[in-house]
Amino acid sequence: MLWACLLLPQLALDGVLRGRADNSPLVLVDGPANARTVVAVNASAREAGLRIGQRLTAAQALLARFEAVPYAAADVARWQQFLASVAYRYSSQVALLPHAIVLEVSKSQSLFGSWAMMEHRLRTDFAALGFRYRIAAAPTPHGAYVLAGMSDGQTALSHQGLRQRLDDVPLGKSRLPAQAIDALPRMGVRRLGQLLGMPRDGLQRRFGAELLQAMDRLIGDLPAGLDLYMPPDAVDWTIELSHEVENVAALIFPLKRMTGDLAAYLSGRDGGVQRFLLKLEHRDLAATEVVISMLSPERNADVLFDAARGRLERIQLPAPVLTVRLIADDLPGFVPAGRDLFDERPANALPFEQLRERLRARLGDRAVYQWGSTIDPRPEHSQRIAAQDDAPLEPRPRPTWLLERPIPLRGALRVISGPERLETGWWDGGDTRRDYYILETELGQRAWAFCAPGEQSGWMLHGWFA
Amino acid sequence: MGAVVALSNLLDARQVWRGRAAPLVEGEQPTGWAMLDAALPTRGWPDAALTEILLPADGIGELRLLLPTLARLTRGDRPVVLIAPPYAPCAMGWRQQGVNLQRLEIVDADEKQVLWAAEQCLRSGSCAAVLAWPQQADDRSLRRLQVAADTGRALAFVFRDRKHLANASPASLRLELAGMPHASLWIRKCRGGNTPAQAIPFNQAQRFSGEGWNPMAVMHVVHQHMHGAVDSGLRGNYALEKPSA
Repeated sequence: MLWACLLLPQLALDGVLRGRADNSPLVLVDGPANARTVVAVNASAREAGLRIGQRLTAAQALLARFEAVPYAAADVARWQQFLASVAYRYSSQVALLPHAIVLEVSKSQSLFGSWAMMEHRLRTDFAALGFRYRIAAAPTPHGAYVLAGMSDGQTALSHQGLRQRLDDVPLGKSRLPAQAIDALPRMGVRRLGQLLGMPRDGLQRRFGAELLQAMDRLIGDLPAGLDLYMPPDAVDWTIELSHEVENVAALIFPLKRMTGDLAAYLSGRDGGVQRFLLKLEHRDLAATEVVISMLSPERNADVLFDAARGRLERIQLPAPVLTVRLIADDLPGFVPAGRDLFDERPANALPFEQLRERLRARLGDRAVYQWGSTIDPRPEHSQRIAAQDDAPLEPRPRPTWLLERPIPLRGALRVISGPERLETGWWDGGDTRRDYYILETELGQRAWAFCAPGEQSGWMLHGWFA
Repeated sequence: MGAVVALSNLLDARQVWRGRAAPLVEGEQPTGWAMLDAALPTRGWPDAALTEILLPADGIGELRLLLPTLARLTRGDRPVVLIAPPYAPCAMGWRQQGVNLQRLEIVDADEKQVLWAAEQCLRSGSCAAVLAWPQQADDRSLRRLQVAADTGRALAFVFRDRKHLANASPASLRLELAGMPHASLWIRKCRGGNTPAQAIPFNQAQRFSGEGWNPMAVMHVVHQHMHGAVDSGLRGNYALEKPSA
C-alpha cells in the first residue's frame, strides 16, 4: 500500500482567486459582523502588510482598496469534492480528510509508472487547476497526511521509513486527538517518537482508547477506516462573478475555468459529455440558458471550451450576469477516436471531429452536414441530410447542382437531350407529371429543366449540370 | 577591401542567391483533365495552395472541372468540405461522377462567415480539399486562405465572379471558365510558369470518362442511342482525348 496525500492549505482562497484574472489585493474574512477578522490573504495583500488574524478594521487602516470576500465553508467543501474527482483519475480509493485528499497509488503504478512519475503528474494537474498543494506519500493515509503537514515532497515508501520520519514530528503537527496533544507536552512528551515508544496500557488508562486507535492508524497497525469518495454522476457548478457582467467577453475567463474543470472531472471518471447547459443568472430576469450539444461525447478541454465559447458569443445578454452555472447530467462513456499509425494528415492536424464542433459552435448546430440520396424518384425528395447513402445508382443523368425549388427559365434555349418522363408520387398526394430535358442556355450552361408533358415550353429550371 | 574571394567559394557556401526560383515539384494532384494537366507547370493542381476559379455564371462547368479530383480525394481518409455552395449538390449527380458522399461535408455559412469557415477548415489539416463560394473576398482574405492551405496541406478552391479578373489575386492558380461559343478554360495565372496563349477546350463528353468514369453513365449513352434520342454533341465528342487517369 502506498498512500499519497495532497494537502490543500489555501483551499478557500484558491477557490476564490482562480475565478478572477487580475491580481488585486484580496482577503477572505470571517466571524461576526462587528468583529470580522481576516482568515486568508493573497500575495498582493500580504505585500501591503495584511496578515491572517487581523481585524478587518485594522486591515482597512493599512490598505485603502482591497476586496474582502466572506469565507464560505460550503465552497471549501465543494472545491474539495471537485479535487477528489480529479484525483479519482489516478486511483479508485480516494478519501477526504480535513483540508486534504488521500489516494491509494500502489495499485495504479502499473498504469502510471513509479511514484516519482505519478507525483509529477499530480503536481502538473493540480498546478494547472490553480490550487496550491503539498504532496507526501507514505504506506498509511494518516501517515501521509502528517508528513504533508510537515513539508512538501516527503516520501516514505516503507513502514520503517515512515516510522523514522514520524519520530521527529512535533506533537502539535501529529493530528492526534486534541486532548492528548494539550496534555502530553506537560508530561515532557514533545515528539511523536517519544509517544510511540510509551507503554500502551498507561496511555490507554490516561487518554482512553481513542488516542491508541489514532496512533495505530498512523503507523498502520489498524486499517485506516476511511469513507471512500464516490464521484457524483452529474455536474452542477456555479461561479459567482465578482461584479455584474454586461459583456459576453468578460465571461470568457470564468468559462475557460469551468470547461477546464469539466474536462478534468470527465477524465477523472473516464467519461465524456455530449450535452451541457450554461445558465447565466440575472438579478430580475429569468436565467439565460445556453445549450451546448455536440455530435459525440467529448472530454478535451479545448473542444469543450471552443464549443461553449462559440455558442456563448452568439447570444445577446438581456441583463447583467451575476452567476454562471454549468449543468451537465448526460455523461455518456467516452470512446477515443482511433487514428491510423501511418496517418496522411500533417503532424499538428486538428481532428476533423474537433473542426466540426468548432464550425457548429459558430455557425449553428445544423450548419455542417452530409447529403445522402433516397430511392424517391422525384428530385425534390431525392436526397436528405444523412450520413448513410445506400440507394442504388440512377442510370439516367442527374445534374450536379439541384435547386431547392424549381424556378422559371427563360431566354434562348437549345434542347440537348430529353425528354425523360417522370410520372410518380401518387402515394403521398404529391403527384408529379413532368418531362425533363437537358437544355443549353445562351451563356453555355447546361440546365436540367422540365415542362408539362409534350409541351417544350414554360420551362422550369431544376438543376445545373455544372 | 582588397581580399579577393573566388566566386565559386561564395557559390559553394550558398551565400549568394542566384535568382533562380526553387524547382517546382511535380504535384501529386492531377486534375483528371489531360490537356489541363499538360498546360500546368505542376502537371496538376498546385498542391497545398489556393486555386481561384472565375465564372461568368453558376452552372457553367465549375463542378465538371473539379469532379474527377473530388472523386479521387473522397476515396481517401480526409473529407472534402463545401462551404456555402450556391445550390445544394445533387447527391445522385455527384455519385454518378464517382464521388463518395460520406467524405463530403457541406457547411452552411452566411456571407460574413464563409472566409472564416474556409480558413478554419484549411488550417485544421484534416480536410483534403475545401471549396468555398465567398461573396466578398479581397486580396487580404485570399492571401489568408493561401497561407492556411499551405499550413494545412490542403487544396483550396475559391469560386468567384468573372468581374474580379481585373483585380490581382494572391492565388497560385487562376482559371477562367467560359461557356460560349464553346466550353473552354483559360489559365489566367499560374505560379511557376507562363500562362498559355490559348484556351483549353473543355468538353462535355469528357465527363463520361477518366477518373469519374462509371459504367452506368455509359449505359445511359447506349440506352439513349437505342431509343433514338440522338445526342449529336455527345456522340461527336465522344472520341476525343480521354483525360489522364
